[in-house]
Amino acid sequence: MSFGVKLRVSGQYACFARAEMKVERVSYDVMTPSAARGILEAIHWKPAITWVIDRIHVLKPIRFQSIRRNEVGSRIPVANVRKAMKAGAVQDLRMIAEHERQQRAATILYDVDYVIEAHFDMTDQAGPQDNPAKHHEMFTRRAAGGQCFHQPCLGTREFPAAFELVSGDPPRTGLPDDQRDRDLGWMLLDIDHANDRTPLFFRAALKDGVLTVPPLHAPEVRS
Amino acid sequence: MTALQNSAIQNRYEFVFLFDVTRGNPNGDPDAGNLPRLDPETNHGLVTDVCLKRKVRNFIGMFHNGEPGLGIYVQEGAILNEKHRKAFEAVRPDDEKVRTSAKLSPKSGDEEAAVRRFMCDNFFDVRSFGAVMSTGINCGQVRGPVQFAFAQSVEPVLPLEISITRMAATTEGEVKEAKDGEDGRRDNRTMGRKHIIPYGLYRGHGYISAKLAERTGFGEEDLERLWAALEQMFDHDRSAARGEMGSRRLILFRHDSALGNAPAPGLFDRVKVRRAFQGETYDLNSPGTHNLPPARSFADYAVDIDRDGLPAGVQIIERL
Repeated sequence: MSFGVKLRVSGQYACFARAEMKVERVSYDVMTPSAARGILEAIHWKPAITWVIDRIHVLKPIRFQSIRRNEVGSRIPVANVRKAMKAGAVQDLRMIAEHERQQRAATILYDVDYVIEAHFDMTDQAGPQDNPAKHHEMFTRRAAGGQCFHQPCLGTREFPAAFELVSGDPPRTGLPDDQRDRDLGWMLLDIDHANDRTPLFFRAALKDGVLTVPPLHAPEVRS
Repeated sequence: MTALQNSAIQNRYEFVFLFDVTRGNPNGDPDAGNLPRLDPETNHGLVTDVCLKRKVRNFIGMFHNGEPGLGIYVQEGAILNEKHRKAFEAVRPDDEKVRTSAKLSPKSGDEEAAVRRFMCDNFFDVRSFGAVMSTGINCGQVRGPVQFAFAQSVEPVLPLEISITRMAATTEGEVKEAKDGEDGRRDNRTMGRKHIIPYGLYRGHGYISAKLAERTGFGEEDLERLWAALEQMFDHDRSAARGEMGSRRLILFRHDSALGNAPAPGLFDRVKVRRAFQGETYDLNSPGTHNLPPARSFADYAVDIDRDGLPAGVQIIERL
């Protein structure tokens, strides 16, 4: 892993929703590798590369808060959009929020701070002009300068992530003793978009505040 | 293509938005009987991102009703006085074949893109905040360039419960019961309650990605409309529950480049809100501020913008 990067991300709130509890969202205890990948991609990504998360350092105690919001329960029906396109009129194309109202609670993380350790692999879409050094350079330049494609978020977009590049060793975990070594159960690793968006899970465990992430196709990863 | 083809914005922005509430409830918590939202650990008041986006939508819907390209997709039931909208050119006539094929193919991928394009071109809220559209293939998802975080009050707030009475009854039964009452008073009043915050200054942060704007076609004019909405939206959202709300400051950080020229958190730190008392200002967390009388108006706060050593390529614009 000659081209590893370390990025510190923090924020006041975070919601890494558990796949099994997504109507009333409940966050995992720590950031998922999938969310970490999304953060790196928000800073730099091209089809030529794919980010691989190696480790996630948890720097702050795991705390939760609950928030209930009015949401709408449906998505935009594409058939209606097509109908409006055909008719050439949009007046019937709308969602009345009050008719679709759902109140949903979200159990979210409070005051989070992580260091993501990751590297990238080149994909078969890489052209002759792509070399790892170039992408590594682009990423570090952007991360160090606070540049991003879009502001990365901690799970959902209302919880923006502050980020900074880490050079040297990640800071020591600030987790209390009883949270440092912890079995986190089965956790979403990532979505395998190449294979019909199969969710992949792994047995997550914190060892001295660090979550080590297996490769996407490791034998211990289940779909 | 449609009439609306404005070119996307070229600059990344962050903004700090300060608004206040006087004797009102800026955002009720459905989990707490509509009490103003609070951070349970700090007692700072909260206003959710979706609450602010709702007001932006309502403002745009109210002021640009019926204008091409400025539809609001997610509407509140109240604004149904929809006028006749001008017809517009459809992006592409409907294709029957696409509807039947379930598998992802370049053909349906194009269709999906056309549907997305159509929604972005016609609806301001889809173009700014994004939307999720369900197709048979995938969630055709539009990620909007404008991102709001939760707004939070600068100091802890104190929610009050105010009991109120109504000099009328809901049902006839209630009236009768009251008449038969022993005290002889013809009392058919109903008790209700209101939750208010005597005063709270809230601070919201927002982000605008030029790169995502490129994809949805969020242009300079849209940006101007968004700022106008933030400046004026509370003036058109008066209600019994809200009390007096108003936009106080809107401070933009404009980056020269699309990717940005400096990290956002450092820019936000440049806007400092301080307590003002008898001509002096105090750091909000400094010891002794709890000895000051509670803030009851915007004049009890001072807003400082630190312009020293501003990163190259970042410009501070004070809209309000």
